[in-house]
Amino acid sequence: MNPRLRWRKFVSNFMLTMTGVCAVVAVSVLFFILGYLVYHGGASINWNFFTKLPVPVGELGGGMANAIVGSAKLLLLASLFGVPIGFLGGIYLAEFSGSSVAFVVRYAADLLNGVPSIVIGIFAYALTVLPFKHFSAFAGAFALGLMMIPITLRSTEEFLHGVPRALREGSMALGASKWRTIMSVVVPAAYRGIMTAILLALARVAGETAPLLFTAFGNRYWSHGLNEPTASLPVMIFNYAISPYEDWHRQAWAAGLVLLALILIVNIFARAILSRGGTILR
Amino acid sequence: MATSTTTVPSAGPAEGSRSFISRLRNGDEIARIITFLFAASVVLITLLLVLQLWHDSSIARHKFGLNFFVTRVWDPIAEEFGALPFIYGTLVTAVVSLLIAVPLGIGAAIFLAELAPQKVSDTLQFFIDLLAAVPSVIYGLLGVFIVVPLMRVYVEPALKQSLGFLPLFKGPAYGVGFLTAGIVLAIMVIPYIISVSREVLLSVPRDQREAALALGSTRWESTWKVVVPFARGGIMGSIFLALARALGETMAVTMVIGNSPIVNPSLLSPGYSIAAVIANEFTEATSQIHLQALVELGLVLFLLTFILNGLARLLLVLTAQKGSGMGHV
Amino acid sequence: MKRLTGLLLVVLALGGIALAQNALLINGAGATFPNPIYSKWFDEYHKANPSIAINYQSVGSGAGIKQATDGTVDFGASDGPMSDEQLKAYSDKHGSGILHFPTVLGAVVPTYNIPNVSTSLNFTPEALAGIFLGRITKWNDPAIAGPNKGVSLPAEDIVVVHRSDGSGTTYVFTDYLSKVSDDWKNKVSKGTSVNWPVGLGGKGNEGVTGLVKQTPNSIGYVELIYAANNGIAYGAVKNADGVFLKADLEGVSEAAAGVAKNIPDDFRVSITNAPGKKAYPISTFTWLLIPAKISDAAKRDALKGFLKWAITDGQKFNEDLEYAKLPKEVVAKELKAIGSIQ
Repeated sequence: MNPRLRWRKFVSNFMLTMTGVCAVVAVSVLFFILGYLVYHGGASINWNFFTKLPVPVGELGGGMANAIVGSAKLLLLASLFGVPIGFLGGIYLAEFSGSSVAFVVRYAADLLNGVPSIVIGIFAYALTVLPFKHFSAFAGAFALGLMMIPITLRSTEEFLHGVPRALREGSMALGASKWRTIMSVVVPAAYRGIMTAILLALARVAGETAPLLFTAFGNRYWSHGLNEPTASLPVMIFNYAISPYEDWHRQAWAAGLVLLALILIVNIFARAILSRGGTILR
Repeated sequence: MATSTTTVPSAGPAEGSRSFISRLRNGDEIARIITFLFAASVVLITLLLVLQLWHDSSIARHKFGLNFFVTRVWDPIAEEFGALPFIYGTLVTAVVSLLIAVPLGIGAAIFLAELAPQKVSDTLQFFIDLLAAVPSVIYGLLGVFIVVPLMRVYVEPALKQSLGFLPLFKGPAYGVGFLTAGIVLAIMVIPYIISVSREVLLSVPRDQREAALALGSTRWESTWKVVVPFARGGIMGSIFLALARALGETMAVTMVIGNSPIVNPSLLSPGYSIAAVIANEFTEATSQIHLQALVELGLVLFLLTFILNGLARLLLVLTAQKGSGMGHV
Repeated sequence: MKRLTGLLLVVLALGGIALAQNALLINGAGATFPNPIYSKWFDEYHKANPSIAINYQSVGSGAGIKQATDGTVDFGASDGPMSDEQLKAYSDKHGSGILHFPTVLGAVVPTYNIPNVSTSLNFTPEALAGIFLGRITKWNDPAIAGPNKGVSLPAEDIVVVHRSDGSGTTYVFTDYLSKVSDDWKNKVSKGTSVNWPVGLGGKGNEGVTGLVKQTPNSIGYVELIYAANNGIAYGAVKNADGVFLKADLEGVSEAAAGVAKNIPDDFRVSITNAPGKKAYPISTFTWLLIPAKISDAAKRDALKGFLKWAITDGQKFNEDLEYAKLPKEVVAKELKAIGSIQ
């Protein structure tokens, strides 16, 4: 084999090994974080944590039940708000629009994505709290939903674009309308990528504190319905982590662990339920 | 892969004579309008946000004018405000984080998409997605408890010893500073790059790879010279996502950057970013001009994001190859 | 799709279910410093009065003032008194005023980390001002070494750590420095956020504690409880009468006692650098901000009842959490003022 080929083969093997190293580094960071959380917060995870309300410092037996339910409420609402806008907007960009409209919308989405979470919180405060003179889960969901839109929109468009033209043309040749083609053929073909993006967007907003401080506020008690201040895991973590008490610190780590577990469960659940092939529309 | 808006020929009057109402009966038109409304709402929301920021910073803008961009002083008591240290810090930390995260992220994505067996790839991806869910507060705390001491005790002294002649690595090693913030940000944005890039790489048609291999390229060459360029658009998209995150991150950055409004070429120096100062001072700002100056900073960040996005898109257009995948920006 | 919709409806319903009790929910926001004692109080009060649920979130003194003025919370809390400008903004908006009620007392301490120095250092006001102004740069400077004979201080650079976020703690500390140093008053002055001449910024008391703990030869300022709970060294400060005092609850109460007899009717007073041999110089009240006119009768009665309880029975919880009790004279005056809430 000539020297040039040998060199190229060497480069190939070397670079591919390097990519493996990159992957290992990325994953090991995660495992390190998980390990740290488990080590420092694992002891605080007990039945009380999931069922009791928070108690003042120095008292034992408190938990974050209201924060867990609150986070679930907020994330669900936020998805209902942010995902359809991102998803349907992405469909428009990929399937219907001309390139200049698409350019503007994409640019706007990227700008929105770069807004600091605290500014989103302030914006949401002015729009959804001030006029009504009280904090609510709706306001929190609005703020979080806003943050989900850009990732969902950009990724939906990206993955729809990746579906080969042939699929679309084949469907239309069979007599399907454009909309039918999109929902029954194109979207399912891009389903994986879109699902990944939505879950990524959800994961991102699940850990945000700043937007919630001014919208959902926080609640030491259970919140009734969706129109009251609502506790959430990130805000609890924030409050406990900056306190001077070791006990609250441990609870903060535990809450971080629970939040990650929550997202993991949602991930598994979503992929399982929504992956039963076929079409989105029945 | 531009799509065409192929309309379906329908039974009924010829194209030109259809009125709007009768076009509405065609489900496609409704679909088009509805999805357009959703897409337009994104632009509307962004505009609304900008307008709100513009409105809430009016007094500050008139008072400081263009000097705001070049003033280094930030004094809430004397009511003198300047954005320069924060612009500098935001840019430096974003650049450092991307310099670390992009090669690592793309490398990992290539590995997961091209080399790893399906099950391994899926499982690892699952875990990497979890990284995106770690609350930013926790990243901040881990930064303070783990990264900062590591930097202060090992990494920064080592850098000073070996590369200390460069202005990039001068000054005392506090542990907190631009470099540390950049590293923490890199960890935070990597999941976005890996996740999206991997999906895009996986969606590249097999025949592209096979064609390259059939022509005698090595595995790496087919990946790097054919598959990756094909997926360029999507990968760039993931970098946009990462950049946006890096520019706007508040909590984690403020815990590790040292929070000093300083402009200093050294990466070891403490600094400040726009998002961090807004997060730190907004809730306690008592005078109106202080609040307005902070909002004006938010507007400046918007401008920064606008410019950076524009530059990145320009780069994409200028380096576009014929026949590669996404031609859109 | 059907499965998805069904699932969504179920979960939404769960989220919307009203759970048990119909307690009256009262929301408050503000200072972080008293959060531990406030959470204890609200919890204890709720146990004694299950129909009243007071939800307090420590979002910061400035945010507390802002939200009270916006009307999005029922009451606020602040470590620094509201300024005349803020009071006017409130009354312009609501047509009636907002009242300050001191609840507990606390102290701010200078905390440091010098390798090999484990004794408690004495700081003069001049030394503290000089260090934070950036004029005194080495630990073995005569201004620091002078009152600390017998301690060998290194010839190392001082790393100053201050707060990056606006806070009542900063307000108290800068208020003190403004009183004892004309230089500080002219150059930096007092406030919740100031233009620090030197130093790293830590976020929150926790952030400053963390930075000081990790950075050799550093000095910062934190609430007493953070220093006490984290086992970091903190020094004694020379008070107005010339005595070097380390912060403790007694010293704080003494600082308040000096002012108690002449406390103004609106309770907005600074007690830093108070006269008295046993008075700790960097002490402060913290206040609850209650609207003078509350239209909701149930909320009004609940708040008045809580206030009465907090400044009398509630004070027995203070010391365990490292807060000092209110002086008797102040409590008496407050009880009268509570009556004026309509």
